[in-house]
Amino acid sequence: MKRTVILVFLIVAAVSPVNGQVVHPARAAHAAARAVAQTETVPKMPRFRWENFTTANGLPDNHVFAVLVDGDRIWAGTNNGLAEYENGRWKVYTTADGLAHRAVLSLALDSRTGVVWAGTMGGLSRISAGRIDTYTQLNSGLSNDVVYGVSVEGDNVWVATAAGACRLNTRTGEWSLYNERNTPMIEIWAYGVSAQSDKVYYAVWGSGLLEYTQKTGGWDMYSDPDGENEIVLLKNQGLIHEITSSVSYVDGIVWVSTYFGDSRYDGRYWHNFLTKDSGLPSNFTNFVKGVDRNRAWFCTDKGLAYYDGTNWAVYRPALDTHKPEMMVSDAAGHVTKIPVATAPAHNYVLGIDFQGRDVWVATAEGLSHGVYQPY
Amino acid sequence: MRAAMAPARILRRCVGMAAACAVSFGLASLWQPETAVAAQPDPTPEERYASPLELLLSPDGQKLYVLCQGTDEVRVLDSVSGRVLRTIPAGHVPRGFSFSPDGARLFVTNSWDDTVTVADTSTGAVLATWEAGYEPSGVVGDRTGKLLFVADRVGNNITVLDSATGVVKATLEAGRGASYLAMAADGSRIYATHVYPNPGPYRTPPRSEITVIDPAKAQVVDRLTLSGIAGLFHVAVSQDGRLGVAAELHPKNLVPLAHVEHGWAFVDTLTVFGADPRRLVEIPLDEIDRYFAMPFGVAIAQDKSRIFVTNAGSDCVTVIDTKRMLGFIRAHPEPFAEDLSASAHYVVTRIPVGKNPRGVVMSRDGARLYVANRLDDTISVIDARALRVVRTLRLAGPATVTALRRGEQIFYSSHSFQGQFGCSNCHIDSTFDGLQWDLEPDGFGRDIVDNRLIEDLRGTEPFKWNGGNPTLVKECGIRTEMYFWRTQNYDDLQLADLVLYIRSLPSRPNRWLAADGVLTPAQERGRAIFFRTVDAMGEPIPLQNRCSYCHSGPKGTSQKSFDVGTGKATDNSGLLDTPQLRNIALTAPYLHDGSAATLEEIWTIYNPHDRHGRTNDLTKDELNDLIEYLRTR
Repeated sequence: MKRTVILVFLIVAAVSPVNGQVVHPARAAHAAARAVAQTETVPKMPRFRWENFTTANGLPDNHVFAVLVDGDRIWAGTNNGLAEYENGRWKVYTTADGLAHRAVLSLALDSRTGVVWAGTMGGLSRISAGRIDTYTQLNSGLSNDVVYGVSVEGDNVWVATAAGACRLNTRTGEWSLYNERNTPMIEIWAYGVSAQSDKVYYAVWGSGLLEYTQKTGGWDMYSDPDGENEIVLLKNQGLIHEITSSVSYVDGIVWVSTYFGDSRYDGRYWHNFLTKDSGLPSNFTNFVKGVDRNRAWFCTDKGLAYYDGTNWAVYRPALDTHKPEMMVSDAAGHVTKIPVATAPAHNYVLGIDFQGRDVWVATAEGLSHGVYQPY
Repeated sequence: MRAAMAPARILRRCVGMAAACAVSFGLASLWQPETAVAAQPDPTPEERYASPLELLLSPDGQKLYVLCQGTDEVRVLDSVSGRVLRTIPAGHVPRGFSFSPDGARLFVTNSWDDTVTVADTSTGAVLATWEAGYEPSGVVGDRTGKLLFVADRVGNNITVLDSATGVVKATLEAGRGASYLAMAADGSRIYATHVYPNPGPYRTPPRSEITVIDPAKAQVVDRLTLSGIAGLFHVAVSQDGRLGVAAELHPKNLVPLAHVEHGWAFVDTLTVFGADPRRLVEIPLDEIDRYFAMPFGVAIAQDKSRIFVTNAGSDCVTVIDTKRMLGFIRAHPEPFAEDLSASAHYVVTRIPVGKNPRGVVMSRDGARLYVANRLDDTISVIDARALRVVRTLRLAGPATVTALRRGEQIFYSSHSFQGQFGCSNCHIDSTFDGLQWDLEPDGFGRDIVDNRLIEDLRGTEPFKWNGGNPTLVKECGIRTEMYFWRTQNYDDLQLADLVLYIRSLPSRPNRWLAADGVLTPAQERGRAIFFRTVDAMGEPIPLQNRCSYCHSGPKGTSQKSFDVGTGKATDNSGLLDTPQLRNIALTAPYLHDGSAATLEEIWTIYNPHDRHGRTNDLTKDELNDLIEYLRTR
């Protein structure tokens, strides 16, 4: 009976665009009344001038799966090689240079050494001062050649593959494999990983969120309390969905993206984000990257979203006109369009990294540099 | 899982510590009946040879620091009189040393202890002993005195330590067998070299690198690729930073060794780089009919007029006129590394010194050059202007030269026709070279063989991959004479000494086995797989398909030959000797011809029909466990 009531409430609260503005349905009445007044109190969300890179200006492929910032150097993992951007020039690494595969899906930086790790469709490559060494399932202990995610923590490289998780100890060369045989993992399609000295988190497609505790070497799994039910009945009771796509662990906070909404977990409480009750432009999220405890960026199929802990901003070419668009929504759910002249290269966003106050964004149609614009 | 060295597993003396090895292994048990020689009294362990390897001069030039690998210490000599002023104890098998920027501390790497000794130069007191990487070798500090960079030969990296505390700050990926470091005079760059070639595609020219580190960032910022080079030793940079020089070997392992007329086995070369040559260029040191083997130490005169290179296998120092060398380089834009007539244009002279000259250091005024002669315990003092030895400092040690010491001297000298190469060319510092060779005159590309580690050989006979040589006497005698040296071989007494030396070589510490010998869970699981008798389906594994059948005994060899399905169409025989497993983690690539780049590839690629052990029933996790266990052997 209780579930039925909740379900009815949720259906009634369905999303509906009002006068070009997307308003959270639960707050629709308030929003309508205060729309004009809000224009003067629009949250000052970060604004950017977007510079887009495509094959027309040096990128080896427009489909960019991942982006990584290393100081003044930018790395882009594309569908046709790994591109390095420095001093206004692109340098491209391919399989001829030793890259494991042309399709580079994920990137991670060892900030202590400057080594870049690239997860590809054909193995894991280590790039150091131009030298590329490649690990595959045949020449090393890597569990599978399809590497969706990679993260560096101390001497360890944590890898998310199509056949589970694994860890390379770069000091000893030991590979440790984690899969359905030694973790709670049900599916072994590991999509994303984020490692720190205390915990390592894996986003596992169909197995929710896996947590590895460094001190004990033990694994825990967080799954959707609604199970396989596609309707969210128990919001903020746990992970939003089992189909996780990426994870970002920063300042003790876990940010998780799924194809059905996103989650924030502080070790005790969950907070979930859906389009209907947040500024998220789509529940289908490819990638999430936390800035700190309160702030995070969400890469969705309908644009790039920034959450500052209270307010949201969305950056994209408009879904209908494809003209540059920036939308800001406040805590009350009021949505305001901000006039902008530029936008990221495409709505389908796959990755992001930060360069000071600037952002670099991987999209399905190019790499975008968001140059921060002060107010 | 860093395993500290297990004292029980470590023989206390290394390659250069000939006397101790003789005592440890027992000469009588090593003896071959057909090679008996007159016995000589052997020194006690306390009377070990100093075996000087590297040299440093104090900032004021008055003290000469001598790294004595044979006695595990640094001797401080008066640089003029040669009188010993002080002795600083080090750990086992020290390999490199350097001063702190203020000269107040001395850092010594202990290659078999995996530690760095920190000593006070004013008192000689040991201030600290820090943990380092696997087999620390070269060491250099940054100009600020904050960071210490240590090249790890087994770790294949550069460990960055806090100079005050010894805490590891980072580990930088270097070349395979990272060993020697040089700091640019302005402190802006560190150059690192490595003694084994980097992994590369099968049967392609070996590749090495000079790893360039920015000490301010403590990161690798460049890698100078050296094609065709395997065996890269000391590197030096001129005072003005415009000229870099690295000593190296250029092997010809892709062509049959029988082709003497086509250049044969090695060219001894230098890589010259920097603003002066304007490009990275390889120059030969040899002459058309005479070779100057194993270039090791490099010193560049302060005024850059001369380059001095020790030829460890030819017992001399090659002197190069820098101006003429640079002129020749500019006049010859095409590669000329194998044009042995080139050296006549820039080599000034060869100065004979002691046996196995290694480290070299020049006085600040450029007047004197000191050379450490490792295998006769002397220091040659060379007048750098007159280009002749003006004095020889003899280090205290045993008065007699034992059979073992003679064997070591033979091992490190170039015995081939025209003095081109010797044992130590392919067994660098008595190990291996990471190369595959086309040894015998049976046609191009036939019977390719991977070089093996030669430590702890007793009980692993026969030798050669086809098991054709039942003893080391045959392996090192007739066979070597016929296929390697192409000249008159040693006499019986020399052969006996050489065999004695090789059989005395101990196994170096295994870095993957914990000090207490207790296996990790993964290693223990791997051990169970190694010794299993039933496969994953519950079916009994035939005897010859069990790992432990062929790789039996304490060293992992049954000393028998088998056909494990890894033969190639180019092999002369399908039967292969079972190699021992000691320190197998060090010796990639694998299989008799080196076709397996890693341990994993032995089973993921080259064992499709389970003939090299029943392994195709294993999961990836289990194969990883098996490999973790093998690394502990």
